[in-house]
Amino acid sequence: MGPQPTVDTRQEPASPEALGALLSQASGRGAGVRFVGGATKLGWGTPSPRPLSAISLRGLNTIREHNAGDLTAVVDAGVTLAKLQAEVGAAGQMLALDPPLGDGERATLGGIVATGDSGPLRHRYGSGRDLVVGMTVALSDGTLAKSGGKVIKNVAGYDIAKLFTGAYGTLGAILGVSVRLHPLSPTTATAVGRSADPALLEAAALGLSHARVELQSLDLRWEHGAGAVLARFGGQSAAQPARDAAGVMGEQGLETEVSEDDAEIWDAQRAAQRSEEGTVVRVSGVQAQIAELLRSARSLDARVVGRAGLGLSWVTLHSAADAPTGVESLRSALAPSPCVVLDAPEEVRAHVDVWGAADPASLVLTRRVKERFDPAGICSPGVFTGGI
Amino acid sequence: MSAPGPDLAGELRSICGDEYVLTHRHDLLTYESDGLLQYAALPGVVVLPGSGEEVQRVVRACHRAGVPFVARGAGSGLSGGAMPVEGGVLIALSRLRRILDVDLDNQRVTVEPGVTNIAVSEVVGPSHFYPPDPSSQIVCSIGGNVAENSGGAHCFKYGFTTNYVTGLDVVLPDGELVHLGGKGLDTPGYDLVGAFVGSEGTLGVATSITLRVVPSPESVRTLVAFFDSTSEAGAVVSAVVAEGIVAGAMEMMDNLSIRAAEGATGAGYPQDAGAALVIELDGSESECEARFDQVVGMCEKGGAWKVRVAADEAERALIWRTRKAAFAAMGRIAPNYYVQDSVIPRTKMATVLAQIEELAGEYDLQVANVFHAGDGNLHPLVCYDGAKEGEPERAEELAGLIVKACVDAGGSITGEHGVGVDKKRYMPQMFGEEDLATFQRLRCAFDPAGLANPGKVMPTPRLCGEVPGPYREHPLEAAGIAERM
Repeated sequence: MGPQPTVDTRQEPASPEALGALLSQASGRGAGVRFVGGATKLGWGTPSPRPLSAISLRGLNTIREHNAGDLTAVVDAGVTLAKLQAEVGAAGQMLALDPPLGDGERATLGGIVATGDSGPLRHRYGSGRDLVVGMTVALSDGTLAKSGGKVIKNVAGYDIAKLFTGAYGTLGAILGVSVRLHPLSPTTATAVGRSADPALLEAAALGLSHARVELQSLDLRWEHGAGAVLARFGGQSAAQPARDAAGVMGEQGLETEVSEDDAEIWDAQRAAQRSEEGTVVRVSGVQAQIAELLRSARSLDARVVGRAGLGLSWVTLHSAADAPTGVESLRSALAPSPCVVLDAPEEVRAHVDVWGAADPASLVLTRRVKERFDPAGICSPGVFTGGI
Repeated sequence: MSAPGPDLAGELRSICGDEYVLTHRHDLLTYESDGLLQYAALPGVVVLPGSGEEVQRVVRACHRAGVPFVARGAGSGLSGGAMPVEGGVLIALSRLRRILDVDLDNQRVTVEPGVTNIAVSEVVGPSHFYPPDPSSQIVCSIGGNVAENSGGAHCFKYGFTTNYVTGLDVVLPDGELVHLGGKGLDTPGYDLVGAFVGSEGTLGVATSITLRVVPSPESVRTLVAFFDSTSEAGAVVSAVVAEGIVAGAMEMMDNLSIRAAEGATGAGYPQDAGAALVIELDGSESECEARFDQVVGMCEKGGAWKVRVAADEAERALIWRTRKAAFAAMGRIAPNYYVQDSVIPRTKMATVLAQIEELAGEYDLQVANVFHAGDGNLHPLVCYDGAKEGEPERAEELAGLIVKACVDAGGSITGEHGVGVDKKRYMPQMFGEEDLATFQRLRCAFDPAGLANPGKVMPTPRLCGEVPGPYREHPLEAAGIAERM
């Protein structure tokens, strides 16, 4: 999954205060650090030009509150998503965040939020930026601060949580989050429509995305020259709307089926957002770009999974030798949609611009934000867009 | 910071034209307050730019002159967020009301900040809609919604403004224009769109806003049920949530609010009911029907005297008009009122409402409650008579105690109206010094000179140090006027 950072030490503070103290010491020495949860996405971003010591957040691993009646929870950053889901699941609830590896023993809330990772449930419930209602953070000078709160609705103060979500730890450490929960669906069912024609798949996806139905997930898949649109329904009786959706896709010329035992379909969607050997490119596109994206994937012999209604896709390029040109051809075919490299073998990462070109004016502002939050410049230096 | 001299006013005239720069006292008075009339300040100049480019030139001129500015949309805000800086520049965005792009295929609409909230739903309807729906949606502007991260009755299910803004063009307080986000999600870099939404005009002026719209639900069912008390109605809300039902909206009015609203709309609500509970379900028809019957049953079982189900769109509209009229109708109960916007964890509703009732008794004042029951956002309206000696002060004190009760219950000082000038004194109840100093870092990154809507959000004025670099004393600091973060 790409290069590991040079790690000369590894520390695991047991309290926010201890972590703050470690950071202010590191600031004093000008020593670079990076924050590590379950270490499932350590290769993401640009390799830092400086040696970084790892500060593990796994010492902060308590579920502080589960307020079932309020549909909220307050959780330390080092808690695994799987542990939280088990706890709230017992009350018929879930955190509607289902990134790849989220059901494993490693991926932590802090790491998922810091990298902005998400899964198919995003169609209906949004991502970490939408589900986190409060956050505590540690800054490089040792400041421990909170923003938001633990109620769903709250506009007091600046939304520091959104700033830290997807910031790859470059502004400081996420210590804990308050999250909004949702009820688990009593039933689910998925309509699958298959075709080898990118235009037909796009038409079917757009039809469902604009239909007056309530979908839990609306995904896309493409591999080995053929693809599928996957529409998942939840609720009291999910099978009927799934059959209706399949009916509509059938009329559009897709080959359809309905699955009421659909967990594996969605496990596969999540899994295909990651790759051990390939190069994964996340495309921040738009819905009406689906056919074009699939045609690009076909010519690159790439695999695609994506959130059809959101325009977000993960393209896996299999050949390391061709990956750098593959990334560039995706960028030019899909411009101006940003294409960011996530997983990639070391030799690929060395030859691509991981983040792609950034708007110069907003990059100036981004640097100013970084300088205010991490004036010592020790938090994951160089891993973020624009060399931040 | 200085006041605008004749040079700045002249420059603004050359940018926007004479008729769009106001300096006469009688013209300026129109802009001295926003929707919260308790607070007023007279700006030195009001300027009405006609394009994003003119906004940029206006801001650049203010920055060059070192004059603070405040952006204003429709002026319907309820926290004093658009109250001018005395003698400063007020940038009224009411001429920026063009819908720039309707990209229905990609479910995006791009608008100028002066476009009204309702206009977005109108331009994509009836197949699609824009979910955040503040009660003022007919007049309030998208720019103001972005500044305040506005919510509305349907945000329990659908979320807030921040969940629907994907891109922004922002004129920074030094006059630079930045494009943040876009039509796509997860664009590389910090989520500066997320940081900007809800920043109450302190980080710059949005001149173009890209919004996500969604398909309209296939089916909508609405009821209003009447109960003896808010605690009975509250128990039904809890039962609905515990059943795993995510209602489109759950709204409650207490007896005072029912009486006020009934006077305004004549909806035929029983004047002696202790609580009216509006529940709306939306979604696919089969799901909605099954769940709606269940909810009607829960209301009946929970002690409802009567459950009135909207039979058609006209009856549904009347239920909503009556709910949304509650604020404005409060004039029928008392000459003046303080509106609060506190949030509590929903499960603490009965306890906090009892506390409010007790406090109101102690202060011998009436407090009406109209609130978003699904997400615990209370709107206690502290009624008083401004003409009576000492009553405004008593009302203000009571309002402060209500806010404290909500924060103590684990809630927030504001759910959707914003901090503005009205609630900044309560900020230390929620946030410590390190939290506030961290907020200030964000503000300083966007506005190191402190010119954009100064005096709002933060409880005490703060300055931005130079970063990075050694400490240097600011002239205002030396004079003891402001303190450093």
